[in-house]
Amino acid sequence: MGLLPLFVAIPLFSALLLGFIEHKKGIMHTLVMLTTSALVILAFATPLQRGFYFVGGHHPFVGITLMLDPLNRLLLIVVQILVFVASWYSIGYMEQYTAKSRYFSFVFLMLAGMNGIVITADFFNLYVYMEIATIASYALVAYGGKAHELEASFKYLVLGSISSLFILLGIALIYSQTAALNMMVVAQRLDVTNPITWLIITVFAAGFGLKSALFPFHSWLPDAHSSAPAPVSAILSGVLIKVVGIYVLLRFFYNIIGVDQAPLTLIAWLGALSSLVGVLLAMGQHDFKRLLACHSVSQVGYIFIGIGLGTPLGLIGALLHIVNHSAFKSLLFLSAGSVEYATGERNFHSMGGLAKVMPWTNAASFIGFTSIGGVPPLNGFWSKLILIIACVSSGQWILGLIIVVVAIMTLTLFPKIQKYVFLGDLPSKFRNVKESPWSMILPMLVLCFFCIVLGALVVVPVLRETYFLPAVQALLSGKWLGVFQNAP
Amino acid sequence: MIYALCIVLFLLGLYGVLVKKNLIKIIISLAMMNNAINLFFILLAYRKNGVVPILSFLQPNANLYETAVDPLPQALVLTSVVIGLGVTALMVALAIRLYYVYGTFDITKMRKLRG
Amino acid sequence: MTGMTIIVKTVAEWIKGFIIFYGVYIVLLGHLSPGGGFAGGVIIACSFIMMELAFGKDQAAKELSKHGSHLLDEYGALAILFLGLLGYFLPKLPFFSNVLMQKFSFIPFHILSAGSIPLINLAIGLKVSTGLYSVYIYLSHYDPRMQEDE
Repeated sequence: MGLLPLFVAIPLFSALLLGFIEHKKGIMHTLVMLTTSALVILAFATPLQRGFYFVGGHHPFVGITLMLDPLNRLLLIVVQILVFVASWYSIGYMEQYTAKSRYFSFVFLMLAGMNGIVITADFFNLYVYMEIATIASYALVAYGGKAHELEASFKYLVLGSISSLFILLGIALIYSQTAALNMMVVAQRLDVTNPITWLIITVFAAGFGLKSALFPFHSWLPDAHSSAPAPVSAILSGVLIKVVGIYVLLRFFYNIIGVDQAPLTLIAWLGALSSLVGVLLAMGQHDFKRLLACHSVSQVGYIFIGIGLGTPLGLIGALLHIVNHSAFKSLLFLSAGSVEYATGERNFHSMGGLAKVMPWTNAASFIGFTSIGGVPPLNGFWSKLILIIACVSSGQWILGLIIVVVAIMTLTLFPKIQKYVFLGDLPSKFRNVKESPWSMILPMLVLCFFCIVLGALVVVPVLRETYFLPAVQALLSGKWLGVFQNAP
Repeated sequence: MIYALCIVLFLLGLYGVLVKKNLIKIIISLAMMNNAINLFFILLAYRKNGVVPILSFLQPNANLYETAVDPLPQALVLTSVVIGLGVTALMVALAIRLYYVYGTFDITKMRKLRG
Repeated sequence: MTGMTIIVKTVAEWIKGFIIFYGVYIVLLGHLSPGGGFAGGVIIACSFIMMELAFGKDQAAKELSKHGSHLLDEYGALAILFLGLLGYFLPKLPFFSNVLMQKFSFIPFHILSAGSIPLINLAIGLKVSTGLYSVYIYLSHYDPRMQEDE
């Protein structure tokens, strides 16, 4: 457990150090790659059992406690790998912007915040890390400094602040009820029959629902995620909404207030609605990145359906979809960024024939499209299949039907884009387009590899039993009772 | 019942964010919501005729636990004030940039994004 | 335009030292009385901002430039992180533990008490004062016609 503080300390240290080496590009790139790859290795080196780390050596009732269990570990690995890939890609991609070191500082601050959210077991600490991660992301969305980016960032900032304040209100209410902030102690002391608890649940569901773009609150996501630079969109869509919104909501519903009390049916239906709305929004777009961002809403809806079912199979589907969606959606954002880098164009109706000049990007986005559409050997297929089986086996036929309909719509949507962007005749203005540099193609190929093999996470028994089933088990073990016994 | 007033202040701020058209008024409303929650935290810690929560060897106080005010919410409020400062600074910075781009603070006139 | 009238400039020059002194006092006694790094840092930043308002941006840039305050800000943050990691790298002590408190004994209610908390307060004071001042100058000196060179 001694490794846990490093997940926050190393990115913070690098973020601060980057301010001193603004003009030395070689050192900066080395530092970025060293930091992110070291974090990937550290994430794999963390132990498999549940364990705690007491910051400052204080008693868990009064101090901050860090926690690691298989669910945390799975998300920690996903976050480190995705940020590693995205920073690798940024080294080439961010050449078109100025102030690269400040960009990497923000990315590392966001990484520190996300890692903190994942490993903390203290509510107020969670709020602080959440604000670090989201403030960095507001700044990154506005990074280009053009009118629409500023506008998207302001919209995101206002809605994000409202959701943060809702969460802070919930934390204040929890403190008023239990006089504790440690999640285990709160789980022990929270009286679920009290009407205030219902207020807490409502406020938390609204706050984290806004952060993760659940159906009635989804309007900010397409703007914010499409206006950011491509690697940042990949991080935002790939892990930030899952870590900030879905992960905390999962913990809160399953481990703190208990499954019986959680409004799971409502969550499942809101998830179904947001999957429908997201895919319908995506169908009307003609901006490549904006379409992907709209489609994120629908995939988040899938995850919420799995959470809302509350069955083991539903949870397996939801967790697998969290992992898979971060692989293929970030792959697609990176390839959209690669197309934009080479052509300077995002409207895919005015593209075409790019497969001849950009073969690698073409291949990468082909794998991404087939994966997101759910073509069998790739990873998207497995999570959708498990979610459908989970819906049917728990008797929710309509939810299963909605998943099937949305999957079919997705499957028809993406070949269309592939055709518009990469196939057909090459317009004369794109004759001189060159393929993006290798520092951008290799990260995409890494994500392609993950898209192909991640289905193995449920198929291969060793992987399933090391990484996946313990994570589901950590959720299904119910409320955290009796973890820390004696009061100070 | 004094707690309800904090909720009222919070909802007033929410009303301001949702209804007002001016960027600066939105920022002020968000600051108001933040302060409502800070006030709520401080009220949670308040205890009538409470003593300073310092445990000392020089002046031992046996029933400190029963009489002292709760020190933790004050630390939390300090943190939350700092975070609020950061968010407000970022919002003001964005508002200044937006003002130079559009020449107005009216959000209904900023329509570069579709939908 | 170079600042305000001579009266404002003179008064600002006089009370500048007192404000900074008061801020440092609050930072140093943060572990004994109300106050601490953040409150004291804000007071120090207020004195910088007052000088900037009274004398105009050129004079202020001579005393503490944009880049200088940015660097000091980063030094403050690094100092906090270093004090936190100090506990981590010493054997058998957790992250952010009060290292000095464990190693030495102090008399309570003295200036040199409470272990490394005064040091953390100093670092926070440095970070907050320079950070707030940078926020102020970045916001007030923003000019869209002048492309940022950094």
